Amino acid sequence: MRMSGPLLKVEDLTKHYPIGAGFLRKPFSAVRAVEDVSFSVEAGETLCIVGESGCGKSTVARLLMRLVDPTGGRVLIDGTDIAGLKKHELRAYRRRMQMVFQDPYSSLNPRLTAGQIITEPVENYERLSRKQREALAADLLHKVGMSPEMMHRLPSELSGGQRQRLGIARALALKPSIIIADEAVSALDVSVQAQILNLLMDLQQQLGIAFVFISHDLGVVEHLGHRVAVMYLGRIVELATCEALFAQPVHPYTEALIASAPVPDPTRVRLEAPVAGEVPSPINPPDGCAFHPRCPLAVERCRIEVPPLVPMTDGRVVACHVRAPASGLQAQSAAERDCPTVRLAGANESIRKSEKPNIT
Amino acid sequence: MQMHNTIRDEVLLDVRSLETHFYGEESVTHALGGISFQIMKGETVGVVGESGCGKSVTALSILRLLPKLTARTVGGEVRFHGQDLLKLSEQEMRKIRGGKIAMIFQDPMTSLNPVYTVGHQIAEAIQIHTGVSRSSALTEAEEMLRFVRIADPERRVSNYPYEMSGGMRQRVMIAMALACSPELLIADEPTTALDVTIQAQILRLIVDLKERTGTAVMFITHDLGVVAETCQRVIVMYAGRIVEQASVMDLFARPMHPYTQALMHSVPDRRRGRQSRLPEIPGIVPNLRDPIIGCSFAPRCPFAIDICREKTPVLRDIESGHAAACWRSEEIVCA
Repeated sequence: MRMSGPLLKVEDLTKHYPIGAGFLRKPFSAVRAVEDVSFSVEAGETLCIVGESGCGKSTVARLLMRLVDPTGGRVLIDGTDIAGLKKHELRAYRRRMQMVFQDPYSSLNPRLTAGQIITEPVENYERLSRKQREALAADLLHKVGMSPEMMHRLPSELSGGQRQRLGIARALALKPSIIIADEAVSALDVSVQAQILNLLMDLQQQLGIAFVFISHDLGVVEHLGHRVAVMYLGRIVELATCEALFAQPVHPYTEALIASAPVPDPTRVRLEAPVAGEVPSPINPPDGCAFHPRCPLAVERCRIEVPPLVPMTDGRVVACHVRAPASGLQAQSAAERDCPTVRLAGANESIRKSEKPNIT
Repeated sequence: MQMHNTIRDEVLLDVRSLETHFYGEESVTHALGGISFQIMKGETVGVVGESGCGKSVTALSILRLLPKLTARTVGGEVRFHGQDLLKLSEQEMRKIRGGKIAMIFQDPMTSLNPVYTVGHQIAEAIQIHTGVSRSSALTEAEEMLRFVRIADPERRVSNYPYEMSGGMRQRVMIAMALACSPELLIADEPTTALDVTIQAQILRLIVDLKERTGTAVMFITHDLGVVAETCQRVIVMYAGRIVEQASVMDLFARPMHPYTQALMHSVPDRRRGRQSRLPEIPGIVPNLRDPIIGCSFAPRCPFAIDICREKTPVLRDIESGHAAACWRSEEIVCA
């Protein structure tokens, strides 16, 4: 058993993809996919990573699994840095971390039966007799709420929800302590999505598995997560507990993101989009804070200096010169003093309750 | 017909008992099982439902864009200004498509031609439908880009689709669709492929432009949040049929079909508390190749009784302007 410290710790993780590199030719530029990302995950916890396309959240997932090698930084599992491990050394650690993918169609081998798919990870490590294999498959299927007869089916004979259950069963096969789920429910219809989210929460309760849950869907994240990291253009801009983040977002981007999500309540009338403009290219990110070109609060300093992640009194960290000036733990009070009422347009002003239907 | 007491008096689109089949090697899929609805002039109607419920097939059937070899509309009428589109010749239909009825699709990358500039593509649509000269069509294309709030339209007009972001491409699609001032815009999941901040921008744009041009919009989506933010009236579909139809306010305040209720409950909602179990809809969507006896939702419905399994419920007004296809709507709503 582990003694103390977080199960997974990520320190200054960075990944640059070179552009224009060739034989004997130096790359002239790089896609800065992930920059200085740090976080930790405790046993049995769900850490969510949210952000829009291109923010680097999937690259983080791939770095955690070491499906790609980092340009810099460390990924520690129980104190061991897997970024520096050799291939054979890595094998032992791969058992600890498993992954569930977004697309339940392309992530399952169409020629293997359900039973073969979910027992394959174990056979990678040890020999199983036919009996053992069937018992294991039945047990795993049971864990994800499927009947044992399903083990003889092919993926093409299963529904989208059942396939995603298979993906989860496969991830469970090696009894990992942490599962990385990259948009695991995004491709599913809401009624099926509800089933899978319930399954994930049940598994966490029964088996104490930690999740790194990557999603763009804030509703899902709020429902499932314990803590949330918000990423923008390769960096974490805010990391807080789920309650705190959704109750009171501090970073202007977090605020805009939450305000942008459509709400199934027709009495809420949106007057304007919460944030203008689009995400800049990670090849040539803006100087200073990457969000400054879209940020209504931006000041001169935001254009020049990258804001550091500053801890606030409630334990969250925020990277914003305006809302979280880098004066240590007084940050929260400073933010409150400096801009008590400055909220983004989307958060308050552009949404008002209407008593009568919005019929023109 | 129900829904006469809606917002506008003039019916723009009147779909009656529309029935579309898909033909497989050995089987026939009843993708649309006879649906009827109306869209009034200038109205925004949302069509919601999960994958395979027939919402996109409805749009394609209206515009007669179904794959010719495998699908056919076998019954019903699509009356547009009183004229049945299903009876028009292909040539006449072409004038309607992109002219009086325009459509935007989910994926703005694959629905634009990668080898022509966006200005060229918008101008092409304008030229075909209005017959103006090439140069004035191009000027108008630039104007349309400004209309959908693309920054720097003078330069953007000569961009190729790959030079634009997803949000901008969807703006181009909207510009192209609105270029000929259609009376009906069919938007099939127009923001599903976009990020949330961009989605908010595009939804706002569609609502604004709709108000300025008076175009009626048929908004197909799986996202109840999107419906709540953009639509006036909502049609809920399940297994190729309409199960509920109401104003957006009524639908969200008092859903009357068990499927609509279940759908709303299965979306994570902060009001119900984090980490709580989400209500699931048990079972799976019926296979539309098999004949369905009784209500198609009955096998998954917590309220189902004998009649539900024996007789198909018809869509009927439960309250004025609020229709549901359920034998037990009155009891369920009161419960």
